[in-house]
Amino acid sequence: MEFARIASAYEGELNYLTKRIAAMGGHAERMVEQAIAALVHADPALARKVVEDDAVLDEAQREVDDKAIVIIARRQPMAVDLREVIGAIRISADLERVGDLAKNVAKRVAAVAEVGQPARLFRGIEALAELALAQLKQVLDVYASRSVDKLGFVRDRDGEIDAMYTSLFRELLTHMMEDPRNITPCTHLLFCAKNIERIGDHATNIAETIYHIVTAEQMPAERPKGDKTDQLVLPAR
Amino acid sequence: MSILDDGARRLRRLFARASAGGGRQPAAAGGDAGPRGSGLGALSGEYLAAAVTDPLIVFDGNGLLVHANAAAFSAFGGIVAGMALPLRFRTPEMQALFDGILSGGMKSQTVDYTEKLPVERTYRASASAVGHGTGLYVLAFKDQSETRRIDRMRADFIANASHELRTPLASIAGFIETLRGPARDDPAAREKFLAVMQEQTTRMARLIDDLLSLSRLEMKPYLAPGAKVDIVEVVAEVIDFLAPLANENGIVVERRFPDGVGPVPGDRDELFQVFQNLFENACKYGQEGGRVIVSIERGHDGPMPTVDVTVRDFGPGIAEEHIPRITERFYRIEQESGIRRKGTGLGLAIVKHILTRHNARLSVRSQPGEGAAFTVHLPAA
Repeated sequence: MEFARIASAYEGELNYLTKRIAAMGGHAERMVEQAIAALVHADPALARKVVEDDAVLDEAQREVDDKAIVIIARRQPMAVDLREVIGAIRISADLERVGDLAKNVAKRVAAVAEVGQPARLFRGIEALAELALAQLKQVLDVYASRSVDKLGFVRDRDGEIDAMYTSLFRELLTHMMEDPRNITPCTHLLFCAKNIERIGDHATNIAETIYHIVTAEQMPAERPKGDKTDQLVLPAR
Repeated sequence: MSILDDGARRLRRLFARASAGGGRQPAAAGGDAGPRGSGLGALSGEYLAAAVTDPLIVFDGNGLLVHANAAAFSAFGGIVAGMALPLRFRTPEMQALFDGILSGGMKSQTVDYTEKLPVERTYRASASAVGHGTGLYVLAFKDQSETRRIDRMRADFIANASHELRTPLASIAGFIETLRGPARDDPAAREKFLAVMQEQTTRMARLIDDLLSLSRLEMKPYLAPGAKVDIVEVVAEVIDFLAPLANENGIVVERRFPDGVGPVPGDRDELFQVFQNLFENACKYGQEGGRVIVSIERGHDGPMPTVDVTVRDFGPGIAEEHIPRITERFYRIEQESGIRRKGTGLGLAIVKHILTRHNARLSVRSQPGEGAAFTVHLPAA
């Protein structure tokens, strides 16, 4: 019975780790949402809150790392358990970076809000953020359900985010050329767009980690795309 | 599945226990309450959960999902039997709720929970222990989206309408001023100005129609389940309905419809609007190509069978950088050039909205100079 007790304590530790990751995920999602809301509605108070919230994610990442190291040292996990622990370390690092990127967007809110910018620029940023958040949410949902067969959307979505980013980049550039006074706020918006695009990349990384945890294999490489045709794909549940 | 069965067994046991204590129940009228007529006692937890129209999830002391009713499965994508609920409901508030309930510190707790995707929905989620010593907890969601959405809709509508209506209004005001002043006695100018004014008012009316239908769509984020649509019939009707427009623009319509495309799940009026918008765009923007091909095919989206409807024009096409953005509200491709605005800027936003509700996808293929093809991939079942 001693064995069963140890096994269940071990399981408890692993479950604790996944639960911490999910909580980090929820926190990161919230930070990104609020950073974008602060940017779009020119809300410096909300932006400050996002900047402060980042400390929670940093702390959580340290805790996940420590716990994971203790599990490896004491339990010497094998196979899927080992992948789970290593995966947790990786995913928490990605989520911590997502938090940093959201914080960086929030820090730029004041500079953008100073000079009013046309609503259509924010609509583009909002649409880009919607894609990145959808990517993050769906990936974290798969972390919960472990149905890795549903990860097929990741590659499509990644291409979509890139295309949207390129389009925004051009739009912002045009806007800057029209009037040099736009250069400062638009440069900030450009960085915001880049940050959001990076958030999508981190979501893709997390998807690859989850795929590896569950299947012990690498996620299949990108399938070839028609070079000159452009695709726009709407989210499916 | 075994976990779900196990959960169902536990639920049944739980209700059996409740019925064993039937002495506390008020005696049925007439006093002939047999074993079947013993009120709630014979009721299975599953049936009870299924009868509740709000999402309802039963979980155990480890936060693992024991049972979820049909409403919960359809409201929250990606929930499976036996999964750890704190992993699925990740917001800081929900984490606190699970911590409070599972640590035994709280008997019951209520928080607000918002899901942003695929359509934004807000719930009041309350968790509480079931009975005494059952080790089970229930998490009930009450949809609050309606009230939130009405507030938001009002704000959005006013913001969009005031902004987008200002331009045509200003130009009409300008024309009126000219007609009452310098052009008072110039019949030729009057005729010309009145024509422009009529065009502007038509555009304003269309804009209001589009804004209203977008707002209406946002009001009811779910599709009525079970409705089926004969897609070939809908598309054919759209083409007939818009035949005058196609003639006016000198467009020849080619139909490529196969036989035996079965009905697909969906809302007839909404899908009509999707194809109406797509076909109208093809006629307007693809005018110089002189023809539009509407084809229906069976396809696949991953393992899912789909019915794909493509509307292809041979106009100037859409440049690469605009394609990802054309479904944004009021996104305009001809932003700087003096080309007259042909649409309201909402048509494709409406298309996107409707397709999201249908779990469908829109793909756009285009090369500048060779026209554009809009394909709707509708799930076949």
